Amino acid sequence: MTNYEIKAKHPLAIRWFHWFNFPLLTLMIWSGMLIYWANDIYFVGWGDRILFKFFPEEVWKTMNWEHRLSEGMAWHFLLMWFFVINGALYVSYTAISGEWRHLLPERRSFGDAFQVVLHDLGIRKEPLPYAKYNGAQRIAYTGVVAMGVGSLLTGLVLFRPVQFSWLMQLLGGYEAARAEHFALTVGYVMFFGVHLGQVVKAGWNNFRAMVVGQQIEEVAK
Amino acid sequence: MTREEAEKALQTSSRRSFAVAGLAALAGAGAWKWAGTEENLRANLERNASLTKGLVSDRRLAETYPVSMAQTPRTNGVIGLESDLDLDKWRVMVDDSKPWTLEQIKALPKFEMTTELRCIEGWSTVVRWSGVRFRDFAARCGVNPASTYVSLTTPDENYYVGLDMASALHPQTMLCSEMNGEPLDADHGAPLRLVIPVKYGIKNLKRIGNIRFSQQRPKDYWAEEGYDWFAGL
Repeated sequence: MTNYEIKAKHPLAIRWFHWFNFPLLTLMIWSGMLIYWANDIYFVGWGDRILFKFFPEEVWKTMNWEHRLSEGMAWHFLLMWFFVINGALYVSYTAISGEWRHLLPERRSFGDAFQVVLHDLGIRKEPLPYAKYNGAQRIAYTGVVAMGVGSLLTGLVLFRPVQFSWLMQLLGGYEAARAEHFALTVGYVMFFGVHLGQVVKAGWNNFRAMVVGQQIEEVAK
Repeated sequence: MTREEAEKALQTSSRRSFAVAGLAALAGAGAWKWAGTEENLRANLERNASLTKGLVSDRRLAETYPVSMAQTPRTNGVIGLESDLDLDKWRVMVDDSKPWTLEQIKALPKFEMTTELRCIEGWSTVVRWSGVRFRDFAARCGVNPASTYVSLTTPDENYYVGLDMASALHPQTMLCSEMNGEPLDADHGAPLRLVIPVKYGIKNLKRIGNIRFSQQRPKDYWAEEGYDWFAGL
């Protein structure tokens, strides 16, 4: 018979940072869309060929994101404080507590991440070695924090381009900063899609650990 | 232990954690509702403004560009520009008592710059502006030194903006009569408009009719529509 044990997984602080960030980032994206609506110029394509426009008329209508620029700006410039403070606390916590050792990519993480992809595609048959965060997770979770820093820097330029003009020049100008800010947002949505899929695949025990902090693990007898 | 025993042992702390999570979600929804009132959102915009407006000084100049990059900006909206205007009879009225002709204004030291006009909608255009510095104009208006604000309106007073004095006296704030080397046309605010690169386009009032210096914060068209009164860049 297999033996099971309850093991601590996620520290309380990490769980709070995570669950505070989730609605916050969602609302940042929502208010960002209210702002973006007023000048919705981005699309996927090349030259005159448009594969997908951000966003088609029906999307704007269905989401009720039209004619709400002032509301979007008011929310965006309020929530940004909480987003940045929560992010800064999270990074400080992982640095001080030593959690960063589980989260930062190592030299082997890139090879490991490739194995994760092969496994998820069903090409690699043998199970992945157990780790708190595998190579793909290390890269994704560190990458998304770097994206957060990117959103902060490009956002500062959009918020106060005259006062942060040195940063504006560094980022390629005002319009470039706006495009970068938007591209990062698309990145969060893609991150969320993959993350959600992986959480569903990993199952309840794994998800519960992000709320409760503990998970049930198989142990050798 | 067996899987069932482990599940059972985890049950109490699990329930507690999910209950805390539920309460936190409720608290979050409450905070959202509380923060979302018009009053509280505006209070935050004001806080943001006072946090950053100290930086608007002579040292913080808006980026300038080569003249070759200059283009014609979009004309967004005609509020305040809808009535007919007799350019010969046009005057800028200062504090409701001192009229200025265009010639009098143009007699001030000429100032030119090529800056990016940034619309609150999210687009921007590099434009070559010519005219006079607002600070040179104000210096000759005999302004009450206690004034802390400036109000500008169109002749029909249908469009109006308010400025803090530091932004109005910024060295790049100007009364502009020419755009990209040509006199302003009606759509771009002939005969005289405000150009203020440290603010969004909404503050760059076209067809100036009145300039009033005051010690109270003047009303502002777009601030009344829920936008930030400061609208600083």
